[in-house]
Amino acid sequence: MYPFSYTRVSDLRTAVQAGSDGGRYIAGGTTLVDLMRETVERPGKLVDISALPLREVTATKGGGLRIGALMRMAEVAAHPTVRALYAVISQALELSASAQLRNMATIGGNIMQRTRCTYFRDVTASCNRREPGTGCAAREGFNRTHAILGTSEQCVATHPSDVAVAFAALEATVHLLGPAGERTVAFSDFLLRPDNTPQREQSIRQGELITAVEVPAQPRPLRSGYVKVRDRQSYEFALTSAAVALHVRGGVIQVAKVAAGGVGTVPWKLSAVEQRLIGQRPSEALWTQAAEVAADGAQPLAHNNFKVELLKRTVERQLRVVGGTR
Amino acid sequence: MSPQPQKAVGSPLSRVDGRLKVTGKAAYAVDHDIPGAVHAVVVDSSIALGRITGIDTSAAEACPGVLKVITHRNAPRLVYRDNPVSNNPRGRRLRVFQDDQVLFFGQPVAAVVATTLEAAQHAASLVEVSYEARQPTTDLAGRPGNPLLNYARGDAEAALASAEVRLDREFHLARNHHNPIEPHATIARWDGDKLTLWDKTQYVIGTQNEAAAVFGIPVENVRVISPFVGGAFGTGLRTWPHVAIAALAAREVGRPVKLALSRRQMYFTVGYRPRYEYKLRLGADRQGRVTAMAHEPTYETSNHETFWEATLFLGQMLYNVPNVSQTLRTVSLDVNTPLWMRGPGFSSTSFCIEVAMDELAHELGIDPVELRLRNEPTRDLSTGQPFSTRRLRECFRVGAREFGWDRRNPKPRSTRDGDWLIGTGVATGCYDTNRARAEAHARLDANGTAVVQSAASDAGPGTYTSMTQVAADALGLAVREVEFRLGDTLMPPAPPQGASQLMASVGSAVQDTCDKLRQQAISLAVGDRRSPLHGVNPDDVVVIGGRLQVKDQPARGETYRQLLARNNLTHLEANGLYNPEAESPYSMYAYSAVFAEVGVDVNLGLVRVRRMLSVYDAGRIISPKLADSQAVGGMVGGIGMALLEHTVTDHRDGRIVNANLADYLVPVNADIRDLRAIYLDGDDRKADPIGVKGLGELVKVGVAPAIANAVFHATGRRVHELPITAEALL
Amino acid sequence: MSTDPPAAEPSALSRRTFVATTVAVGGAVAAGDLVVGPSAFGAEPSTAAETGPSTRVSLVVNGRRLTVVVDNRTSLLDLLREHLGLTGSKKGCNAGACGACTVLVDGRRVNSCLTLAVRLEGAEVTTIEGLAKGERLHPLQQAFIDQDAFQCGFCTPGQIMSGVGCLKEGRTGSAEEIREWMSGNLCRCGCYVKIVRAVEQAARWK
Ligand SMILES: Cc1cc2nc3c(=O)[nH]c(=O)nc-3n(C[C@H](O)[C@H](O)[C@H](O)COP(=O)(O)OP(=O)(O)OC[C@H]3O[C@@H](n4cnc5c(N)ncnc54)[C@H](O)[C@@H]3O)c2cc1C
Ligand code: SF4
Ligand code: FES
Ligand code: FES
Repeated sequence: MYPFSYTRVSDLRTAVQAGSDGGRYIAGGTTLVDLMRETVERPGKLVDISALPLREVTATKGGGLRIGALMRMAEVAAHPTVRALYAVISQALELSASAQLRNMATIGGNIMQRTRCTYFRDVTASCNRREPGTGCAAREGFNRTHAILGTSEQCVATHPSDVAVAFAALEATVHLLGPAGERTVAFSDFLLRPDNTPQREQSIRQGELITAVEVPAQPRPLRSGYVKVRDRQSYEFALTSAAVALHVRGGVIQVAKVAAGGVGTVPWKLSAVEQRLIGQRPSEALWTQAAEVAADGAQPLAHNNFKVELLKRTVERQLRVVGGTR
Repeated sequence: MSPQPQKAVGSPLSRVDGRLKVTGKAAYAVDHDIPGAVHAVVVDSSIALGRITGIDTSAAEACPGVLKVITHRNAPRLVYRDNPVSNNPRGRRLRVFQDDQVLFFGQPVAAVVATTLEAAQHAASLVEVSYEARQPTTDLAGRPGNPLLNYARGDAEAALASAEVRLDREFHLARNHHNPIEPHATIARWDGDKLTLWDKTQYVIGTQNEAAAVFGIPVENVRVISPFVGGAFGTGLRTWPHVAIAALAAREVGRPVKLALSRRQMYFTVGYRPRYEYKLRLGADRQGRVTAMAHEPTYETSNHETFWEATLFLGQMLYNVPNVSQTLRTVSLDVNTPLWMRGPGFSSTSFCIEVAMDELAHELGIDPVELRLRNEPTRDLSTGQPFSTRRLRECFRVGAREFGWDRRNPKPRSTRDGDWLIGTGVATGCYDTNRARAEAHARLDANGTAVVQSAASDAGPGTYTSMTQVAADALGLAVREVEFRLGDTLMPPAPPQGASQLMASVGSAVQDTCDKLRQQAISLAVGDRRSPLHGVNPDDVVVIGGRLQVKDQPARGETYRQLLARNNLTHLEANGLYNPEAESPYSMYAYSAVFAEVGVDVNLGLVRVRRMLSVYDAGRIISPKLADSQAVGGMVGGIGMALLEHTVTDHRDGRIVNANLADYLVPVNADIRDLRAIYLDGDDRKADPIGVKGLGELVKVGVAPAIANAVFHATGRRVHELPITAEALL
Repeated sequence: MSTDPPAAEPSALSRRTFVATTVAVGGAVAAGDLVVGPSAFGAEPSTAAETGPSTRVSLVVNGRRLTVVVDNRTSLLDLLREHLGLTGSKKGCNAGACGACTVLVDGRRVNSCLTLAVRLEGAEVTTIEGLAKGERLHPLQQAFIDQDAFQCGFCTPGQIMSGVGCLKEGRTGSAEEIREWMSGNLCRCGCYVKIVRAVEQAARWK
């Protein structure tokens, strides 16, 4: 680990100031410390933001939720309002990492976490995301866990977060505070596909701080849930996953929010699947038919071809679990 | 000599070292507090084959706290004399920092010594190494195999040609890493030309001899201490390069040095279960009697050493097959050398043989248990010897009953529970009973307590506890009055804790030692006029609860304490030995019948083990509570082998891709549900004086094929490759 | 019983008694408030001071208040193991992937390998060494012995600290729940079935 200086901040202004001066925010530290130890990350100055007042879940006017960026994963998962209104968020969090890590890691840090591509984490391998221009070792290497959607010539790594998949499905917004003041970014614009600049992962500027993730109001009742498919039963990143939220009224699906994880370079919003669901009556056949388009546009690699079929089946499964069958 | 009542042996004792382990006080290698110790961190090669053309250590050396950077350029020449007292395989072992050659990915190329761990780690990341890299070959298919061993009986080819049923299969087994949770670690301290090592090892004497060989010093000059080992599963049977590096670093900086491998480095230099490709042809008649088997296993080894493991035994002795041919090949690759991993050889071969047997059963419409019973031999066909004991039939009978095997619908894909297809499978497990020379020392103190020791190891099975039990009974003392010590080369020599030989060997030595000590006390008493036992035939005296007494006349006797006090003795002591005959007239193996029930998600292809039951014929069980833990642990290991474990090499440059515990998957708690072990009540005195046949290795053998067979039964899909993952079942 | 071989080092704790309630750890020794115990050092203070930017931190470890000067890079795990002589917490992966380093910080179970010590100002840390009340084991420690929930024992301190967290979090409603909530602790010896039983036993005890 490279040496670094360390400061603790307790108010937002000082934090943003320190961030703008080249400081690197540290929240739970579960991504950052890990990558610093691998020398993938080499910040010269750490700004500890854990004392900032960003640790609340609050209801927004329209009936949505604002989740403070420093809420820990465990706290958000257990939060009664979150559980009651957005089961998909609680489930995505509780299927993430381990109890210990969820006690440390924050929501802001979670959506900022970096890919688990093993070549990215191995500083002796070539990796465009870590060192632009060096090539992508995964593309022709071992890529079983890599993305099939949203990939580029430059990079094929997945975004590993689970809760980000729920946020993508629910069309959350990210609240940022920077030297120039506050702004919000739609979740779909916040995490960036690799394209030609895989090193640019989020639309966040130097010194900007995530203050909250806001989940917009949804019509009620809303049924939602998250499924995560992985080799072992727990403590593993997703091979595939699906976040589904459905609002059914009068026997017809009025609102459908669907996204997939483990398959995209960013959490993958499945608008085509949503389209096939809206206005339809729930049925086994509908789930199958809607899930058929889940992997449209997929570009599998040598070892992750199975994700194409697995993705469809994962989405179908979760539509059935959330939507039930009549 | 009157037999002692067995009170401690066979009773479900809790671990005698339990309290140390649950309070964090058990000291593993780098937990030892050695004053003045500094830290060494190894720098690994980032190529798999070639030569080092330059090393720039200036940035590392400029780091505050760095004491020295050692490379092949400044390292002294080391002796590396031959070492017969080791588990080094045939070949030329890696010599640390002796030349510019790189033989495999992750080979140590430098070491940084610094006053703090942070400084050493950082400086290690600053060492710049340049290479002239050559294209490595790391894929089993990349080079031709070299025949290593052959075996034949009967005429397998002819029998196959005329067989009523034939199978021709090819199996692929992934490379697995032992991955004990404790990484390898060593503290080295020199006092003049004497070296002390606190090391993670399953064989203190092996480490002692290897260190002496590397530095060209007398064996007596090296002491190795290893009271606790945080799991090993075989990886601690050999002394790996980092031990020499720690000692070298300590000598170079003139201070004790602590060196712990990182988890990543645990995939580079400390062995693994080799990757296998296994061709198996099998011929049988319609009644399911196997008439021929032709085995062609091939596994990987390194270019510099030829690894050997017991790949051929099972194929020769497990079933009553008259015609057998075997050709074992190794492929020499630009990789590190493998090393025995739990159930070495047997675990891999049993997957192939037992899956093939299941296929045969399915093809013939014979129940898989019945098929195995039809092929039970009456003697070992490879040697012609009788079995010391072989109760495999009973294992199957008890197992089938307890598992509910007869409720099974033999048709594949016939049972469903929601989204899960349910299947059950069975396999035979078997491992050979090994024994080796071992010595022990026992001392009985005037206060009536005893200390027994032997330079054995306890990486988890519970050597401390089981030896205490054996000793307590032989001395006629309560368990709490006996202390067993191990893990120090100053103690009488013991064999490696591998090949399941430790209990049989050290246990027999401990028994011999304690028998001698007891006899000494008895002789003293019967010859002592003042003793109530004066004049009694020594053969009629037993010791119970620390009291020597006449067997049929318990009132007549006295305690050890009284005896020693009256004779003004501070203690009695004895040395004992177990020295098995080189050739036994018997074929000695331990057996098991392994049953598994799996669920396979009908759409997602995920496999989850719902329950397992294994029944073991393992001779006498010294420590039932601990034996149960071993068995269950072996099943967990087998579940990993079957469904998760796979070391991935990128053959383009020989890089290990998943060298960490987030990507190399081992089972977690949520993967493990209902596991049950039954030991047949047994005692095999033909195997050894204490009647045990070994458990540690056996418990892993047969697990993976039982699961694979259950997957077939659940889905109708036959998978010939390990691990079995979703992609094979979608 | 003592399992130390003759003449080997006695267990870490018996020898490494704190000489004072404040120790300097691998860092600059500020005059006045830091008392240096030689056994609390991995290295002599003068060289350690130069190895990287460091910070003074006051925290409570197993009920003892300490002020330490740490290299900013030092993890809580390394602080415990290398500087405070508390080697009960284990390093299995140093990357959050095994749970062997689990300790409680302010009552919550965390991976000490991913926790920078410099961030622990005012924190309360409990390690395996701080769990028993004198000779009386914590019910979960006793349950681990009773159920034989370990073999090599290396994952055990982490398992027990994680189990204490699991009990506190009330995630012991069923065996299945325990299995899931104890999945952040690998046991390569494969003691899971018994770890679950031990947590159940301790949950009943409460
Ligand atoms: C073994 C292991 C398994 C895991 N498994 C899973 C899993 O299954 N699913 C899953 O979703 N995740 C998983 N994770 C990842 C884990 O969830 C993330 O590491 C964690 O959420 C990151 O949050 P943090 O608060 O610790 O972030 P930190 O490490 O503190 O920060 C991460 C990044 O975010 C930046 N940052 C943090 N907070 C802010 C803010 N408020 N504003 C701006 N920038 C900020 C930091 O500068 C840094 O670049 C796993 C991690 C490990 C180690
Ligand atoms: S997939 Fe992306 S992160 Fe992985 S090696 Fe390629 S460029 Fe790097
Ligand atoms: S050492 Fe901390 S999780 Fe493995
Ligand atoms: S007891 Fe050995 S790793 Fe758990």
